[in-house]
Amino acid sequence: MSRASAPTAHIPSGIPSGATAITRPSRLLSNRVRESAWAYLFLAPFFLGLVFFIVGPVVAAFAISFTSWDLLSPPRWIGLDNYRELADDRLFWIALKNTLYFTGVSVPVTLVLALGLAGLMNRKIRGIEALRAIYFFPVTASIVAVSLLWSWMYTPDFGIFNYLLSYLGIPKINWLVDPRMAMPSIIIMSIWRGLGFNIVVFLAGLQSIPRDLYEAAELDGASGWQQFWQLTIPLLTPTIFFATIMAIITSFQVFEQTYIMTQGGPGNATLTLVYQIFLNGFTYLRMGYASALSFVLFAILFVITIVQVNLQRKWVHYA
Amino acid sequence: MHSSTVPAHSIARQRRRGDILTYVVLIAGALLMLFPFFWMLTTSFKDMAEVRMWPPSLLPQTWDFTNYRDIWAQYPMAQFLWNGFVIAGLTTVGTLFSCSLAGFALAQLEFPGRSFLFLVVLCTILLPYQVRMVPIFIEMATIGWIDSFKPLIVPAFFGSAYGIFLMRQFFLGIPRDLKEAAILDGATPFGVFWQIFLPLSKPALTALGIVSFVTSWNDLLAPMIFITTFEKMPIALALAFFKGQGEALWPWLMAASVISMLPLMVVYLAAQRWFIEGLTFTGLKQ
Repeated sequence: MSRASAPTAHIPSGIPSGATAITRPSRLLSNRVRESAWAYLFLAPFFLGLVFFIVGPVVAAFAISFTSWDLLSPPRWIGLDNYRELADDRLFWIALKNTLYFTGVSVPVTLVLALGLAGLMNRKIRGIEALRAIYFFPVTASIVAVSLLWSWMYTPDFGIFNYLLSYLGIPKINWLVDPRMAMPSIIIMSIWRGLGFNIVVFLAGLQSIPRDLYEAAELDGASGWQQFWQLTIPLLTPTIFFATIMAIITSFQVFEQTYIMTQGGPGNATLTLVYQIFLNGFTYLRMGYASALSFVLFAILFVITIVQVNLQRKWVHYA
Repeated sequence: MHSSTVPAHSIARQRRRGDILTYVVLIAGALLMLFPFFWMLTTSFKDMAEVRMWPPSLLPQTWDFTNYRDIWAQYPMAQFLWNGFVIAGLTTVGTLFSCSLAGFALAQLEFPGRSFLFLVVLCTILLPYQVRMVPIFIEMATIGWIDSFKPLIVPAFFGSAYGIFLMRQFFLGIPRDLKEAAILDGATPFGVFWQIFLPLSKPALTALGIVSFVTSWNDLLAPMIFITTFEKMPIALALAFFKGQGEALWPWLMAASVISMLPLMVVYLAAQRWFIEGLTFTGLKQ
């Protein structure tokens, strides 16, 4: 938490302390008004951004989702037709299933692995900074570059993975080529890339737990395992909650990996919701249908987050 | 300090054994994290014949720079890198500007609706770019900004939930008295922000700046939607384009990947602390 401590240097001298200054009530009031005006001015860029780039577009997506629009001719109101089509669209359901598959596997595996590794890193041993930096490195790497890299490593005939597995007597796996293996391959790569981020998040949470709590538990004879389950995990629940929400929202956006590595294939095995939005919006120029898909994605994220926020009362302990 | 029932030296020995086991697990994991990059680098120096060898060679038989030379000769790589640099650089300027202003207001100023507005900022995390990209594309097409850097840069000048949250958390750590005193001394809130708070917030600005630069440099989706002219491609988009050009030409594609990652890798080696703190800052405070 070294960073949270605010620096206090460079305080200009000669500023009278608040206690000595005499302010009449009317002036205080006008100060209040003036401060509010400044605050809204400071927030003006954000307000505009909200309208033009954040909330506005979502409202627009909702409106456009009731139209048929190819951008070349004016939009045509078609009511609920896009949503009716969506309900019958085989590809939509495949994409939804694939996205849920990706999220359902990658999020829990990443979080459990990250929590375990963060637990191991949360002690004062030499070289821990360097290890942390190594685990974090894939997070900062270009997603296009690492997608190309993993495609190459996954190559069935000359790829390094199949070579290493041959040592264990495992026959060649058709990683990205086999419809059953394509999504697991994407998931493995995504876990590798996202692990470091979650390790550092958990590490920060672990470091905020006071050390003397552990000393007390040790004096009471609690084993390392007991300390982990009965002390660390309950105190870490706010961090776990935060990490879970962020991981789910991020994993629902999965697109780049499948775009580069499999183009949604083989046989739509890695087609995801965002891939469907991309294809309909920018390849087929079906703005209405793409907007309906966008809005459904938003609705899913919204419902999942609301459920999580409500469930947190049952398991998240705030100190 | 330890209870008398357990001899201190046995605890110490147990600790040491635990430390060794920890090292073994962590270093094995670190090798797994790094190995792919090692493979990227060594492949980039091999030729097509060598990558078709079985068993694969761990190191290139001859370190061959041909792949790098070919890419620079065939494609305007300097232009792609420059495009990526301009887009990421201006995005960073915009993010720092808008997020520090909004973060300061939310942390230090009193005004009606403050906590509600903060909630609004947090809720926008639920609206990722992927949900908004279709209407944003239509918007940009309407004002004729397609195939320019503007759709990639301008939104950053209007703030992001992540950046505003990060700056607000930082400014919350500075005592309010500092601002109150300066205001009573006749300074305007902007003067306080500019002359006192901004100089104090270099750590947060550095972290946020690195995050927005890295995110923009690595982004594929937005450039893919908006950039159509070859010469305007940022490096990440160019790399995705190469995939189609050099299908299965792995040494060549790996060389291009190394080039795309090199600028950030150098900065990462020098400033990894800022990367890590910036990218995970929101996790630090609950």
